[in-house]
Amino acid sequence: MMKRRDFLIGTGSAIAATAALGMPYLARAADKLKAAWIFIGPTGDMGWSYQHDLGRQAVAAKYGDRVETIKVENVPESADAERVLTQLANQGSKIIFTTSFGYMEPTLKVAKNFPNVYFEHATGYKRAPNVSTYAVRFYEGRTVQGTLAGRLTKSGIVGYVGSVPIPEVVGGINAFTQAFRKIRPDGKVKVIYVNEWFNPGKEADAAKALIDQGADIMCQHTDSPAPVQTAEARGVWSFGQSSDMAKFGPTRCVTSNVDNWAPYYVKRVGMVLDGTWKSTDTWGGLAAGMLVIPPFNKTVPQDIASEGYKVKQAIIDGTRHPFDGPVANQAGEIKVAAGSNMPDPEILGINWYVQGVEGDLRK
Amino acid sequence: MPRIKLEPRAQSSRLMTYLSPLLAVVLTLMGAAVLFAILGRDPLEAYRAFFIDPVSTLYGIGELGVKGAPLILCAIGLAIGFRANVWNIGAEGQFILGAIAGGGVGLFFEPLLGPLTMPAMLIAGALGGLMWAAIPAFLKTRFNANEILTSLMLTYVASLLLNYLVRGPWRDPQGYNFPQSKPFDGYAVFNPFFTGTRLGLGALMALLAVVGGWFLMSRSFLGYQIKVVGLTPAAATYAGFNQKRVVWFCLAISGALAGLAGVNEVAGPIGQLLPTISPGYGFTAIIVAFLGRLHPFGILLAGLLIALSYLGGEAAQISLNLPVAVVGVFQGMLLFFLLACELLVRYRVVIGAPAVQSIAA
Amino acid sequence: MTELTAILVSMVLSATPLLLAAAGELVTEKSGVLNLGVEGMMIVGAVVGFGAEYNSGSAVMGFAAAAIGGALLAALFGFLTLFFLANQVATGLALTIFGLGLSALIGTAYIGKPLPHLPLLDIPGISDLPVVGPLIFGQDAIVYLSVAVTIAIAWFLSRTRLGLVLRSVGENHEAAHALGYPVRRIRFLAVLFGGAMSGLGGAYLSLAYTPLWSQGMTAGRGWIALALVVFSTWKPWRLLFGAYLFGFFSIVQLHAQGLAVPIAPEFLSMLPYLATILVLVIISRDAKRIRLNAPASLGKAFRATA
Repeated sequence: MMKRRDFLIGTGSAIAATAALGMPYLARAADKLKAAWIFIGPTGDMGWSYQHDLGRQAVAAKYGDRVETIKVENVPESADAERVLTQLANQGSKIIFTTSFGYMEPTLKVAKNFPNVYFEHATGYKRAPNVSTYAVRFYEGRTVQGTLAGRLTKSGIVGYVGSVPIPEVVGGINAFTQAFRKIRPDGKVKVIYVNEWFNPGKEADAAKALIDQGADIMCQHTDSPAPVQTAEARGVWSFGQSSDMAKFGPTRCVTSNVDNWAPYYVKRVGMVLDGTWKSTDTWGGLAAGMLVIPPFNKTVPQDIASEGYKVKQAIIDGTRHPFDGPVANQAGEIKVAAGSNMPDPEILGINWYVQGVEGDLRK
Repeated sequence: MPRIKLEPRAQSSRLMTYLSPLLAVVLTLMGAAVLFAILGRDPLEAYRAFFIDPVSTLYGIGELGVKGAPLILCAIGLAIGFRANVWNIGAEGQFILGAIAGGGVGLFFEPLLGPLTMPAMLIAGALGGLMWAAIPAFLKTRFNANEILTSLMLTYVASLLLNYLVRGPWRDPQGYNFPQSKPFDGYAVFNPFFTGTRLGLGALMALLAVVGGWFLMSRSFLGYQIKVVGLTPAAATYAGFNQKRVVWFCLAISGALAGLAGVNEVAGPIGQLLPTISPGYGFTAIIVAFLGRLHPFGILLAGLLIALSYLGGEAAQISLNLPVAVVGVFQGMLLFFLLACELLVRYRVVIGAPAVQSIAA
Repeated sequence: MTELTAILVSMVLSATPLLLAAAGELVTEKSGVLNLGVEGMMIVGAVVGFGAEYNSGSAVMGFAAAAIGGALLAALFGFLTLFFLANQVATGLALTIFGLGLSALIGTAYIGKPLPHLPLLDIPGISDLPVVGPLIFGQDAIVYLSVAVTIAIAWFLSRTRLGLVLRSVGENHEAAHALGYPVRRIRFLAVLFGGAMSGLGGAYLSLAYTPLWSQGMTAGRGWIALALVVFSTWKPWRLLFGAYLFGFFSIVQLHAQGLAVPIAPEFLSMLPYLATILVLVIISRDAKRIRLNAPASLGKAFRATA
């Protein structure tokens, strides 16, 4: 308020009138807790932002009249993010979820200016007293996929459509390959990056190229169902990403790695309501229910399916680690010794491929 | 039934120059009222969210400048080219190269350059954009390759190059291998001029570009040459103006201005290099240039108006829960009305039966 | 199928939406109108086509609706630029913003709904021939349509009277008007045609290429289509070549990644853009021939003075 008054004194009446018009609106609806989300894409992308928005809807459904949810779509990871966050905080949002890695610095900057607003940054690693981070251990699902793929493949070649070579994607490829090669030691994983997170046509092109190069398993770390759809048309097994893509591959989509943000969002907003919110780092996977693997396709042979379910259960129970040693890099050097597991910080920032992945990953 | 006829005005109407945008806004408000009513929102609240909420604070007004500055910088340069029929539509790529070149200087030479870092970054940014625009200029003047295609294609190449750098060699070593450079540090940070806002060097440069652009186009012989080349290429050849030089100049100046916008963006509001640094400023600037009727002062106003429509779009999502799709429809509508109403500047609408007119005459 | 055949088959498919949209835009531009709103018309075609097929169960209905949807959006553009004499470049860009928003609004109901793939033309015996078989006989109907339309446009522009009139309108609207040709009506029809073709191109993505709807799924292909018209130097045959060239390098770079070529994926992804520039440079060197092809009145507003 102080700022506004200073400003009004110093400027013309036209803007004063403008600001006055704006005020009653700003003052309204202060009784509800405002929880806000910002999204990198449209929530109609059927992928990343869509899943986050399902989480937002779960919050709205759970708390009803006590919470007002706000969403801002298509917020670029550029100078715009800081403004949108500032405006959200200015307009009374009490907790703000920033759902893409590129919002990291803006989130921290704005959090510094609004110490009484809670911020939650997805997939980042920088925290503050009022900034938490949260992410999903996507790679856990890859272990299940790799196991199933090892049993289902005939050619021993897996096609993997990647978005961009960042640790989250590389880690998924590695976890998949580790599990895959436990069953098919001669197996190969071919990776094509489309350099975008969402471009159905290009993702389909990449999937076709991989199948044409002999892949009979289609894996993806991009957001559209196009690779699953392409695999279905070509009669190749596939694994979906972000949302449950079974509908797009009725006979060939084995299962999907589904991000489920709802439990986390419901819990964190609840903590704000109770006054128990604290800055934390959450990296939840299958056990936390943040990663969901829907039941496998009925077309998967029973014995293979039950092996897959066993691996899933073992990860939930903690008896199987996706990066249990020995883990060797492409050159064959042992990076994780037998009997130990890769530590979390190493997984978080991984920038090398394990043995069995084809292609160079520049360091 | 009365006949509606357009009659060209002998001179552009000064009154209509100012009145037609207002008329367009009124028409947009009327159209939007229907849209918002369909969506079950109170039109008055929607107007307030779009046009008033975003600029009801000092911070908000500053943001108008932050969002408008890169649009205006790019548009001034583009407009000079458009006057000469040089169709640079790759300002986006030149913006990115400016950010890469200027940002690179800031990342790697800050300890060496000390207080000279900022000017060095600005020069590098302008040169980066200029060099990127020089490619279409060279291909156009030497090989006759159409600059629409070359400048557009180079935009994609620029974006991929930035992606490569921030994921590869320029990646922050402390950043867990995420795609980002380390944050700019020390002298490489362009701080805001006023506390409580993010207004800084970028906005100042946009204003300077407006004045400089006006001087160039209205007061200099070079500007005159550019206009002649654009309007009547044959006359330009006859007068001995070197058309190739005009092509080079137009692309160089628009590239340099877009590059400046790029380096200001990353060293100012963003603070580091990221895979995405522009939400399409270079493309939106094309609309800004034409909405401003290719005139620097018009571009200033148009840039601020478009910036306001983006800010309003965010505000409408925040306070009205409108989906972003509606924002696009609303922006499109505003632009359509603005463009259609321009008709009134150059033409007079005559209503009435022609027969009556001839009797009166 | 050999790797080369596979690349060629994928090339044809990925070029088809570009070719459809670009062929329409070529006709629009030949009449002297520059409509930069291709991306907006494509995405509206994509969503309208999807909705129509989803509700009717008929792919034919889907494509027809997409053409109408694209044409309606183009009509808005034509109305503003031809009757209100609005600036064509700016109006086209505004059309893209508008179309992206409108399509998202229409498409809310269709998110996450799958459609079946289009049937492929499969002639037993012939489709099994090496290279030629899958390339020429294993495609869907729209692929043939895109080539046929391009050929028809080439014939229309160079061999028919109406095509000549259209070109003369684009070349010199004052002269065409003086000769008694209805400049505005011809241009409006050319704009509508361009919109309908863009709509088809968009629908090819949402009904055939990846039969699904999601926001922004055209992902910038409208811009590539616009660039291809420039690339073609306004000749339909070169358009065909340009679309397949761009498609070829888009697919080749993916195959190269699959074969683990030791080049960063970002650089490989630059290939189609750089190749297009390079080939344009090669075919543009003869300045005079290109100048004869570019419609002289392109982008200029016309108002009858008499």
